[in-house]
Amino acid sequence: MHHQDISVDLALDIYTRVLRIRRFEEEVGRLFRQGQLPGFVHLYIGEEAVAAGVCAALTDEDTIISTHRGHGHVIAKGGDIKRMMAELFGKATGYCKGKGGSMHIADFDIGMLGAIGIVGGGLPIAVGAGLSAWYSDRERVSVCFFGDGAANEGSFHESLNLASTLALPVIFVCENNQYGEFTPATNAMNITDIADRAAGYGIRGVVADGADAFEMYRVAKAAVERARRGGGPTLIEAKTHRRGSHAEGEEAFLAGQTYRDEAETAAAQAKDPLRLLHSYVSENGILPAEQLEALDSEITQSVAEAAEAARNSPDPEIESLFDDLWL
Amino acid sequence: MPRKTYVAAIQEALAEEMRRDQRVFLIGEDVRIGVFPSTRGLHAEFGDKRVIDTPISELAVAGAGIGAAVTGLRPIVDLMFGTFLYLAFDQIANQAGAMRYMYGGQTNVPLVFMVQNGAGSSAGHHHSQAVHQFFMNMPQIKVILPSTPYDGKGLLKSAIRDDNPVLFLHSLSLGGKRGEVPAEEYAIPIGFADVKREGRDVTICAAGPTVYTALDAAKKLAAQGVDAEVIDLRSLSPWDKQTILKSVAKTGRFVAVDESFPSCSAASEWAATVAEEAFHQLRAPVQRVTNKNVPMPFSPVLEKAVLPSEADVIAAVHNTLA
Repeated sequence: MHHQDISVDLALDIYTRVLRIRRFEEEVGRLFRQGQLPGFVHLYIGEEAVAAGVCAALTDEDTIISTHRGHGHVIAKGGDIKRMMAELFGKATGYCKGKGGSMHIADFDIGMLGAIGIVGGGLPIAVGAGLSAWYSDRERVSVCFFGDGAANEGSFHESLNLASTLALPVIFVCENNQYGEFTPATNAMNITDIADRAAGYGIRGVVADGADAFEMYRVAKAAVERARRGGGPTLIEAKTHRRGSHAEGEEAFLAGQTYRDEAETAAAQAKDPLRLLHSYVSENGILPAEQLEALDSEITQSVAEAAEAARNSPDPEIESLFDDLWL
Repeated sequence: MPRKTYVAAIQEALAEEMRRDQRVFLIGEDVRIGVFPSTRGLHAEFGDKRVIDTPISELAVAGAGIGAAVTGLRPIVDLMFGTFLYLAFDQIANQAGAMRYMYGGQTNVPLVFMVQNGAGSSAGHHHSQAVHQFFMNMPQIKVILPSTPYDGKGLLKSAIRDDNPVLFLHSLSLGGKRGEVPAEEYAIPIGFADVKREGRDVTICAAGPTVYTALDAAKKLAAQGVDAEVIDLRSLSPWDKQTILKSVAKTGRFVAVDESFPSCSAASEWAATVAEEAFHQLRAPVQRVTNKNVPMPFSPVLEKAVLPSEADVIAAVHNTLA
């Protein structure tokens, strides 16, 4: 990795986003295993560099759309981990007052237009956010995060084509984490690079190393600048790896069966985005190790506080069932 | 008062609302040319940005409407035929209707989906279905099915001004129907029925083209000495329960006429509500007149046989008088 173009401030910014996602997700995993969280949680561990790098290339006015594996995107866009954690607990103080949960967090104030629980469901909406920017002559861009699984949905095809024909400022970020639930992506498509599909829609396709946060930033920045100049959409395929389960507690669904081999997992762990980033910034003297340690303690504590606050927050009132219906 | 066709009234509503609010725009396949003349001519006035032709991609276009709506615009998404909404089901059922609630009120979704609803052009199953019953079952989607040019224009204007997702269903078979449409500005609030004919003996509730079936039946019934009240529901979700219950309190008889598959039809909902809330005022069991339970056939003779007919309505009314 050679990242002379990344300033110290930017390095710290991106590192902080990666670390905050990691510590948040580790805590969520713990809470789930302890039975403290209702529903399902899909963790973003191993993929943090993608959201962190891409969101660092965005302004507050730019919008993102996320997936069922969406915690990392909210955090990377600047979301409040207290309100996130409360939502995961289903509490009244959560982002969606307990009506969304892990797979449906949104923060419209920071351009986080929502996590969508349906695979591929977010792509058309992101096209609409891009259309809105184009319509209003704003320099805003719309980013859509989705996975390799979504690349096989009809909505992917329709959305890329629509964004291309209207030359909209939409950046499609495909997080190829190698698995659609328990099925390897290689069993679900006969191509190596999803980015190749961009050619079929007449847009740019780029493959990026999803373990390298600075590379993700650089690739995203180029796509963002291009979109702002009216150059239309880009499909970025981030090669990444889902470190853990499809959903926490997946053992219950697997009933003893396995779906990936240990060698692959070990190889992927060797490319841990947080460790790589830590090595790079500390060994190259960009950020001192002590500063990184202090940052880690601070973030770890803030995550623990968020969990504590969420636990102690009130459940939604039953009467709130009928809030936020038709205006 | 000037008399205009149903499609002309709808075209007027679109043009007036687009002039009134820069955030309103039209998007869909062939909206520039206007396959249905309701969107014809708008491109000449409003240009490329506000009348946007798209690929044939119902799912993406519906979702693009949602994305535009949650970022400050007020799209009208024209998906042509009601059956084409099925291709966009995820975006309508999972996203448009739920977003505001699911995200704790952080956003609203001011969006109109506009399609042709129902049979009457002998186009076969894929282009001749009334689809309102499916969307009435989706939480937080408003559904409108007007029957006259006046109602069509007034309700479409309200739909465009509404801050929630609205499905505006117009009827191919009514496109050429003429009616009085005032030159001056007006809008009709969503959720209110209109009594199209007053009567004492039986309440007939209908919407869209079946309103005319009901009115024709009422004429024949009048000749037989039966005085039918015909209620045009106009809005199917939310719907005007009070006007129906008030009418049933007077007549004691209820016939629901609806161009839907029989099971879980709009008529089922109206009839169940009347049975539940006005049971003691009823002098006879409630009646439903719906489509026959088959896919829509092509032959004009067969298509007609599937739809609720005047004779069906008269027979149902007689059932309540027996």
